[in-house]
Amino acid sequence: MVAAIEIHQLSKRYGVLSALENINLSINPGEFFALLGPNGAGKTTLISILAGLTLATSGHARIMGYDVVADYSDARKKLGVVPQELVFDPFFTVREALVIQSGYYGIRRNDDWIDEILHRLDLADKAHTNMRALSGGMKRRVLVAQALVHKPPVIILDEPTAGVDVELRQALWLFIKQLNQDGHTIVLTTHYLEEAEALCNRVAMLKQGKIVALDSIRNLINNVQGFSVQFRLSCAILPPVLQGWSRSSHDGLHIFKIRDYFQIETLLAILRTEKIQVLEMQLQQPDLEEVFVKIMGAVEAS
Amino acid sequence: MIGFYTLFYKELLRFWKVSFQTILAPILSSLLYLLIFSHVLETRIQVFQGIAYTSFLIPGLVMMSVMQNAFANSSSSLIQSKISGNLVFILLSPLSYLEIFLAYVWASVVRGLLVGLGVYAVTMILYEVPVQFPLWVLLFAMAGSMLLSTLGIIAGIWSEKFDQLAAFQNFIILPLTFLSGVFYSIYSLPSIWQHLSHLNPFFYIVDGFRYGFLGTSDISPYYSLSVVISCAAGVSWLTLWILKSGYKIRH
Repeated sequence: MVAAIEIHQLSKRYGVLSALENINLSINPGEFFALLGPNGAGKTTLISILAGLTLATSGHARIMGYDVVADYSDARKKLGVVPQELVFDPFFTVREALVIQSGYYGIRRNDDWIDEILHRLDLADKAHTNMRALSGGMKRRVLVAQALVHKPPVIILDEPTAGVDVELRQALWLFIKQLNQDGHTIVLTTHYLEEAEALCNRVAMLKQGKIVALDSIRNLINNVQGFSVQFRLSCAILPPVLQGWSRSSHDGLHIFKIRDYFQIETLLAILRTEKIQVLEMQLQQPDLEEVFVKIMGAVEAS
Repeated sequence: MIGFYTLFYKELLRFWKVSFQTILAPILSSLLYLLIFSHVLETRIQVFQGIAYTSFLIPGLVMMSVMQNAFANSSSSLIQSKISGNLVFILLSPLSYLEIFLAYVWASVVRGLLVGLGVYAVTMILYEVPVQFPLWVLLFAMAGSMLLSTLGIIAGIWSEKFDQLAAFQNFIILPLTFLSGVFYSIYSLPSIWQHLSHLNPFFYIVDGFRYGFLGTSDISPYYSLSVVISCAAGVSWLTLWILKSGYKIRH
């Protein structure tokens, strides 16, 4: 099977500044993949290299098996990119922009498909409006539409929901999810980690031009040592045997930090022998945000 | 082919949608040059034996409009797309650098020729300057506008801000145009300036173009055409190389 995106030892330097360092990454067809990382981590640079907007200093990248430099024409036909900046051509209406964009990809008479994307992105009534007259959210939708005119199997969205209101954000995610279900490979960057957690199968975390974590979200979360159990107990003061545990108390809740599920059993056994009743119990799993902060922090320290 | 055609069409549509500014305004300003210069100089100067100054001036003005607008079209389209960021739509597409080059050049040639035709049509209401050799007129109009639209691509790609483009235009294109013999024959100049004028490729465009109208010129039109075509070919080669390398547009 040909990978949707294959990146091999890719580096990009601007003078002495290293924007990307030796990136290796393979994304399979049909994946819903997130690139995460703080501003300046190299996410946009990586996307730009895949899109042919930036030339890598060394290494290579392929889209559906086509090298982004040597076979740029085929590679770009397989790829749709939604840029981060809200760019538009003020000379044209929404429909004109889409017809023109289709033409760049060698597609004529694309009206049926254009109608469909306009409809699915809720832009149908804006088809003949000049781009200048659209709100920011509408312009964002047109950018998505422009990336889809040629029905690319691989779609990259660079912060598609930055500065977008809640309603549109949800509509966009729904639409992107449908695209993924239709078989498109989706790669996105976002700063909303809960969105990435809800949608993506796998994530890569970038920091200072390097991939510092690459795994499924479940594995990343599981690998982070330690989650916590909260108890409300029948006793006010904890027995001495529990004093040694790493814990904190808050509003009558005792929060124990634990490394694995087995420790819950140990805890419960102690409570049973001490004849303390459990009034309330809650297990708190770390979320992606916690994982993100931890991983980024670990890189900082090293 | 569809890709090239689409970009060509888009570039035509771009200037056509603002034709008041891109076609009518330059026609008006050429007309003003004509009225003022012919009023002041008609009775005082005769450049070629038996030819009125206005008849001498009109072909020059037409060619000047063609050149200025061919340059303005590709350069302003590129700089606007770069600054507003929408050049990305072209850069993301599978269009080859050759297709991009040809589309920008041809759209600019069309605008240059449209403005030139417009200037000629309007001046014909007031004066009469018949075309003696239409083929020479067409050849020089094409070659000249191609050279200028190609220079426009270089200027548009090199400039990062509007003032840099304005500098390119004001310090290179405008002096070369005004000193190309639009308003005078270079043989009326002191000999040092005559020699310098021979280094100006725009001089050959104007001189050859004028030959098509008047049947007389400073230099043989064959020689002029070969100079203009050589320059256009050289600049095109440079532009293609710049586009291929991704200079300033694919970092």
